[in-house]
Amino acid sequence: MTSSNGSIGSQVTVSIDGQEVSVPEGQTILAACTAAGVETPTICWAPNLTPVNVCRVCVVEVEGSRTLVPACSRPAADGMQISTDSERVRHSRRMVLEFLGSANDLSQAAEIAEWSQHYGADAGRYAAALSDESETAVEIAHVDDPVRVQDDLYIRAYDRCVLCYKCVEACGDDAQHTFAIAVAGRGFDARIRTEYDVELPESACVYCGNCVAVCPTGALQFRTEFDLRAVGEWRPDDQEVTRTVCSYCGVGCNLELHTQDERIVKVTSPADHSVTSGHLCIKGRFGWQYVHAPAFEPPATESAAADSTET
Amino acid sequence: MMAALSVNDANTGAVVVDHPRVVRGGTRRRKQLRHLLLPALHALQREAGWISPGGLNFVGRTLGVPPAEAYGVATFYEMFRTEAPAHELSVRHVCVDPICALAGAARLAENLRSQGHATHEGPCLGQCERAPAVFIQGRREPDRVPDDEHGPDSLLVSVTAGSPDAPSLLRHMLDAPAGSAEAASMEAYRARGGGDALEAALRLGPDEVISQISSSGLSGRGGAAFPTGIKWRAVADGDGPKHVVANIDESEPGTFKDRLLCERDPLAIIESITVAGLVVGAAQGWIYIRGEYPLATQRLRHAIAQARLEGWLGDDAAGSGRPFDIDLRRGAGAYICGEETALFNSLEGYRGEPRNKPPFPTTHGLFGRPTVVNNPETLLNVIEILRIGPEAYRSVGTEDSPGTKLFCLSGHVGRPGLYEAPFGTPLGELLSLAGGVQGTLSAVLLGGAAGSFVGSDALELPLSLEDTRSAGTTLGSGPVMVFNDSADMGSVIERLAKFFSDESCGQCVPCRVGTVRQHEIVTEIRRAGAPTGSQRLLLDDIAGAMGDASICGLGHTAASAVLSGMQLGLLGGDES
Amino acid sequence: MFGLGGGTCSYQEITETDVILLWGSNAREAHPIFFHHLLRGLKRGAEMYAVDPRRTSSAEFADVWLGLDVGTDIALANTVGREIIARRWHNESFIERATIGFEDYAASVEPFTLDEGARLTGVPAEAIAEMAHAYATAPTAQILWTLGITEHHTAVENVLSLCNLALLTGHVGRRGSGLVPLRGQNNVQGGGDMGALPDRLPGFQRLVDPEARERYERVWDCELNPVPGKHLTAMFESMEEGELRALYVIGENPADSEANVAHARKLLEGLDLLVVQDISLTRTARMADVVLPAAAGWSSSEGTVTSSERRVQRVRAAVPPQGDARDDVRIIGDLARHMGAPWPTATAEELWEELRTLSPLHGGMSWDRLESSGGLQWPCPHDDHPGTEFLHSWLWADDLDGHTPAPFTVNEHRPPAEALSEQFPLRLTTGRVLDSYNTGAQSSGYSSPIRTGDTIEVSPADAAALGITDGDAVRVSSPRGSVNMEASVTGRLPAGLVFTTFHFPDLVDANLLTNDAWDARSGTAEFKAAAVRIDPLRSGSAAAAGGAGG
Repeated sequence: MTSSNGSIGSQVTVSIDGQEVSVPEGQTILAACTAAGVETPTICWAPNLTPVNVCRVCVVEVEGSRTLVPACSRPAADGMQISTDSERVRHSRRMVLEFLGSANDLSQAAEIAEWSQHYGADAGRYAAALSDESETAVEIAHVDDPVRVQDDLYIRAYDRCVLCYKCVEACGDDAQHTFAIAVAGRGFDARIRTEYDVELPESACVYCGNCVAVCPTGALQFRTEFDLRAVGEWRPDDQEVTRTVCSYCGVGCNLELHTQDERIVKVTSPADHSVTSGHLCIKGRFGWQYVHAPAFEPPATESAAADSTET
Repeated sequence: MMAALSVNDANTGAVVVDHPRVVRGGTRRRKQLRHLLLPALHALQREAGWISPGGLNFVGRTLGVPPAEAYGVATFYEMFRTEAPAHELSVRHVCVDPICALAGAARLAENLRSQGHATHEGPCLGQCERAPAVFIQGRREPDRVPDDEHGPDSLLVSVTAGSPDAPSLLRHMLDAPAGSAEAASMEAYRARGGGDALEAALRLGPDEVISQISSSGLSGRGGAAFPTGIKWRAVADGDGPKHVVANIDESEPGTFKDRLLCERDPLAIIESITVAGLVVGAAQGWIYIRGEYPLATQRLRHAIAQARLEGWLGDDAAGSGRPFDIDLRRGAGAYICGEETALFNSLEGYRGEPRNKPPFPTTHGLFGRPTVVNNPETLLNVIEILRIGPEAYRSVGTEDSPGTKLFCLSGHVGRPGLYEAPFGTPLGELLSLAGGVQGTLSAVLLGGAAGSFVGSDALELPLSLEDTRSAGTTLGSGPVMVFNDSADMGSVIERLAKFFSDESCGQCVPCRVGTVRQHEIVTEIRRAGAPTGSQRLLLDDIAGAMGDASICGLGHTAASAVLSGMQLGLLGGDES
Repeated sequence: MFGLGGGTCSYQEITETDVILLWGSNAREAHPIFFHHLLRGLKRGAEMYAVDPRRTSSAEFADVWLGLDVGTDIALANTVGREIIARRWHNESFIERATIGFEDYAASVEPFTLDEGARLTGVPAEAIAEMAHAYATAPTAQILWTLGITEHHTAVENVLSLCNLALLTGHVGRRGSGLVPLRGQNNVQGGGDMGALPDRLPGFQRLVDPEARERYERVWDCELNPVPGKHLTAMFESMEEGELRALYVIGENPADSEANVAHARKLLEGLDLLVVQDISLTRTARMADVVLPAAAGWSSSEGTVTSSERRVQRVRAAVPPQGDARDDVRIIGDLARHMGAPWPTATAEELWEELRTLSPLHGGMSWDRLESSGGLQWPCPHDDHPGTEFLHSWLWADDLDGHTPAPFTVNEHRPPAEALSEQFPLRLTTGRVLDSYNTGAQSSGYSSPIRTGDTIEVSPADAAALGITDGDAVRVSSPRGSVNMEASVTGRLPAGLVFTTFHFPDLVDANLLTNDAWDARSGTAEFKAAAVRIDPLRSGSAAAAGGAGG
C-alpha cells in the first residue's frame, strides 16, 4: 500500500549494470530496475499481489550472492552491485522460459512469448534431443488438462497454467479471502485445484474473477474472450479501454471497459487504483451484460409470481 | 478419533459457539489452530485409510482451514491418500532408492504384494544399513517398522568413544542395546551424566554457552554446515517469542543417523533441545520428525514425558525460572520438508514449500519468529562441548572442521552401519573401518542424492568440510553409499534423477520442470546406451539453471549426482 | 452527521484501525471491495465485532458475532454507552471540549444495565461488555453500518445512537477512527450531494437557507420554491390522500422495491399520470403512461458519481446507448425545453463546472483534476486542496475551529412497529446477496453460477418445528400478503428469525410481505422487520387433502 502521508523514508543506492540508482528503502530490486529503466521479465509478479518469487524469470546476479536472486522480492540494499544481463542471468531466464514452453501451451501468453524470443528460448530442443531416429525414445512430459467450460463467466484451461500462484493469491489473503483454490499435488503434477477438484459452484468460489484478471497465460479466461477466440474474432488491437465507475454498490470501484465493435468484451480494474487495487466482485466484473440485452422487453418470467396473492 | 485435537473441547475449535447469539471466529483464531492440520490429517489417514472429503471438511471446519487449502496440504505428502483405497489394510512402504534397490527391494515388494499386502514403492525410508527397508503405515493400528521388532541390531562404531576427553556422540549408545529399557530411562540417563549439560548451561549462562559453541567451531551437521554459534547468537539477540526446532526429518537417501540417535539416546536429544531453548530464550521447542520413524517417535515422546516429570520442561524449566516445553510433530513423507523453511511451513499447517531466503530463520522462522533450527547431531555436539569444553572438543578433527562426524555407511561394504570418526578421516580408512569394499569399487556416493559420486581415486580424500569442498564434492549429512562393479550405475543414476523429480515441491520453475527434464534425458541416455552431445549440453544447461535460479537447496543440488556420475562415465560414453 | 451527509473515514483508514464494529452491515456481500480493505485491516491485526441478527458471511470474519434481536440496535448501543460510562472508559476531555448534551445522554442510558441490555437484545451481557471494552479502549476504532441500521422505523435514532458512542470515546475526527455508513448504490452519495433530496440544493446545501438559495437563483436566473419537497414515503402517503396525482420516476422501481408493495402498486395504478425513465422495462415502467428509455449512466454517459468515502469519480461512455435510449441529462433537458423552459444544452463537463462554482464542498474539483486523478474526496474547497481523507478534524481543535460542539442525542428504544403474534410468530428480515442487486434490473442480465433465487432462509430449529427441510416449498404470509417460496435451512439464523432477499420480484414478490411502517425523519420503511408465518406446502395429495393455502 502506498502511504498517502507523503513521507519519504531513507533512500538506498544500488548499481544496476553499472548504473547507479536510488530507491526508497524497502523497495525491491525489481523496482530499482524499473527506476533505472531496465526492463525485467516477470510472470508470477503483479503490482497488486505479494511477491511469491516462484517463476524465477526475474532473477538477477547480485555480487556476493552464491545463487541468482529474484528481483521481484529481494529488497534493494545499499551498495548492491546488480547485473541483469550477465551470461548467468541470461541463461537462467532463457531456461525458465524454455522449461515453461516445453511443458505448457503458451499460445495465449503474449508477454511470455516476447521474452522467450528476447532470450532465444528454444522450447523444442528437449523433444528434439530425445527423439533421435528411434521410435522407443522417451517422450517429454507436458501439462495436459482439458479445457473446462462450465459456466458463462470464465473458463479454465490448465494446460496453459504455469503455476505462477497469482490466482491462488488473488483468491486468498492477498485480496478476496475466499480460498476456493490452492495448489494441490507436488512437483510437475502440482495443479491449481479446488478441494478434490470439485466444480466451482460446489467450491467456495464466488466468481469475483480476480483470478482471471491476474492470470498471465490465459489458463483462466473470461468466457467472452474464450468465445470470441473460438470464432477467430478476438482482436485486442481493435479494442478500446474506457475507465468508468461500477454501476452497483456505493464503493466506487473503477472499471476498465474493454470494448470491441461497440460491445463490452472484458472488464478489469486498474491495479493502481486506491479503491480496488485491481480487484472486483462478481457484479462489477460480470454484471455488465444487461447493457447489451435487448432493451425494453418484458422479462420472460413475468407471470411466474402469479402464485402470490395479496390479502 | 481426533485425539490430537480433542475437538469435543469447544475451545480448541476455530469457531466457538459461546451462546446461540455469540460466536467467536475470525482470521486470528483460524491462524492459531492451523498448526494442528498435519496431526489431524495423520489421525484421519490412520482411522479412515485416506483423507476422505467428509473427514477433510470436518478437519477444515474445526481448525478453520479452507477445504481447498487443506486438500492442497494433504496432496503434498506421500503418506496421505486423497482417493479411497480399495482395501482396509495397513500399507507397506518399500524403499526403492539405490541401496535398497541393490538389496532386492523390487523382489521384496513383489513378494509382499503376492502375499496380499497393500504395498507401495517409495523413496528412502532411512534404514539403509539394513536394506531393503520396509515401513508399515498402520490402518487403525500404530505405524511400525518390522525390523524394529525382529531385525538385527544396527551397528554403531565410534572411533573417539574410547578417549573420555574427546567428543563422542555415540559413547553411551554403544553400551546400551537397542531394545533395552535403558535407552529411554531417565534414571539410567542421569547415572551416565545425563542432565549435566543442562546444569552447566544454566550455570554458565547464555552468553558463555554461545561463546563456547562459537570457539569450538561447531557447524551444522544437517548438510549446510552453518556455524552454530552464529545462529544461536542471532536468535538469542532477537526479541519477542522465539522457537527452537529439532529437524529430524532426515530424508536424504543413504542417511539414517538421526533415527538411530533418537532411538538409542532420546533423552539426550530432549536435553539438548532444552539447552538450546534456555540459551536462546525460547519458550517453545519443536521436534519435527519424519513420519516413517515410528520407534524414534515413540521414544522421543516417552522422553518428553520423562523430561516433564524431571522438571526439565514446564513453567520453570530445569529451575531456570523460565518456561520451556517441547511439542513433537510428525512429517508425512516429503523430502523437501527437511529444508528448514519448508519444515516451518509444514509445521505451521501449510504446504511444505520452501520460503525464499532472506529473511533467514534467525529473524523470520517458525510462525515468523526468530528460530534456531538444528539437526540432532548438531545438538548432541553441544552437549559434548559443554561436557569437555571447546578446547578438548577441538582436539579431534581438522582446524576448519573440528570434532567428529557421523557417517552412514551403506551398500557394498563389509559392515554397514553408523560410524563416528573425526573430521578429516580419509575415505579409504572409513571404508576399511566398515569392513572394506565388497568386491571391486565402482563409485561412492558422498552426501546422498544431493551429493556427488567419487571414484576409487578418491580413497585418500580426507573427509572434512574443506577437503570435500575443494574436491568438488560434499559430505552433506554424512551418507556414504558404496557401489561395487556389480551395481548397474545407470539404474542408480536414473533412480536419483527420478527421486528429485518426485520430491521437487513444484513451487519454482527451474526445479519443477528441470528435474523432470533431467530424468527424461537420463532415461533416454540409458535406453540409447550413451549420451549424445546435445543431451550433454542439455544436462549442463539444466544443471546451471537449477543450481542458479531455484529457490532452495533441493533444486541447487538436484543435478550434482547426475553430473558427477556422467563425469565418471557411469552413464556410458566417454569420460569427460 | 454533525452537519455533513457522508462517511467520516477513507477506505484506507479501515486498513489501519484497531477495532471495527460492523453493525447491521453484510459488507462481504453488499460491498465486497470495501470488505477487501477491511480484510487488510484484520490481517494487520484489527479486532472486529459484527452486530447482526444473522451470522452473515461478514460476521464469519469477526472475532465476535453478536446476534441481537431485530430492531434492538438502540437498546444495544445504549447498553454499550452505559457500560462505557459506568467503567469510566469515556473520554472526558473530548466530551468536555467538543460535545454538548452528555449529562442528558448519560441519564438516558442509565437504565440500560448490561442485564437489561441482554434482556432487550438477546445478546449475553458478557459479550456486550466485551465489545464496549474493546471499542472504548482501542487507540482507533470505527463503526460501520448499512441498511441493517437504517431500514427501521427508528432509522435516524439508530444512527444517532451509534454516533453517541463515537462522541463518548472520541472515535471520530481522527485518522483511523470514525463513523462510516456504507452506501448501497453507486451514486446514492452523489445524488444526495447534488440535491436529489427534498430539502437540499446541489452541494448538500439547505434549501431553506435563503442565502444559499439566492446564490443558485442568481446563477440559474430563476426563482426557487423554498418549501422542501416530499421524500419517497411521503409521496406515497400523499398519493393515498389523493393530493399527489402525477409521478415522474427516474431510475427507481417502486412497484417492486417498496415495502408492502401491493399497497404501493395500488397507489401507482391510481395516479393520473405516471412517467418512468429507466434503463429497462421494470414493473414500474410497465405500469407507466409514458416510458422514457434511458442510457445506462455508467457505461453510456459522461459525468461523475460519488462513493461511500466521498470520492467523486468520473464515469465515461464506452458503448452507445441501446436503441432509442438517451442520456438522462439530455432527456431532462429536452423535457424542460418541450415545456418551454429555455434550458441550454450542456455537456457533463459544463454542468460540473457550474456546480463547483456553487458548491463549496466541490469547489476545488475541476473537471481536469477529476479526469487526471483517481477521484477527489470532498470537501475539496479550492484548486490546490488535495481533498479530505476524514471529516470533522475540528472536533480535536482547541476552539473547535469555530464549529458548534457536536450534540449527544437521547434515543429511546422502540421495538419494531410490527409485533410478533400468535398468528405471525416469526420475525422476517430482508437483505442483499453477493451476486444480485436490488430488484434485479441490472443483475438479472447475467447468469451467475452461484445464484439461488429468492428463498426463505429458516433456522434449523424452526425448520424442525415446521417439519420442513432444505428445498421444501412453503407459503410465507404477513398481515399484508402471502408468497410461495423455497425454504433454505441455515445455521446462520437464530430460532425465530427468517430471512429473504428481494432480487427476483418477477419470480418471488417478497415485498408483498414487508412492512411499510416508516421513519418520519428519513422516510425509510422498516424492510428489516415484519411479522410472518410459514406454512409448508405439501406437494400432490397432501396439499389437496389438507385444502391448505389461500
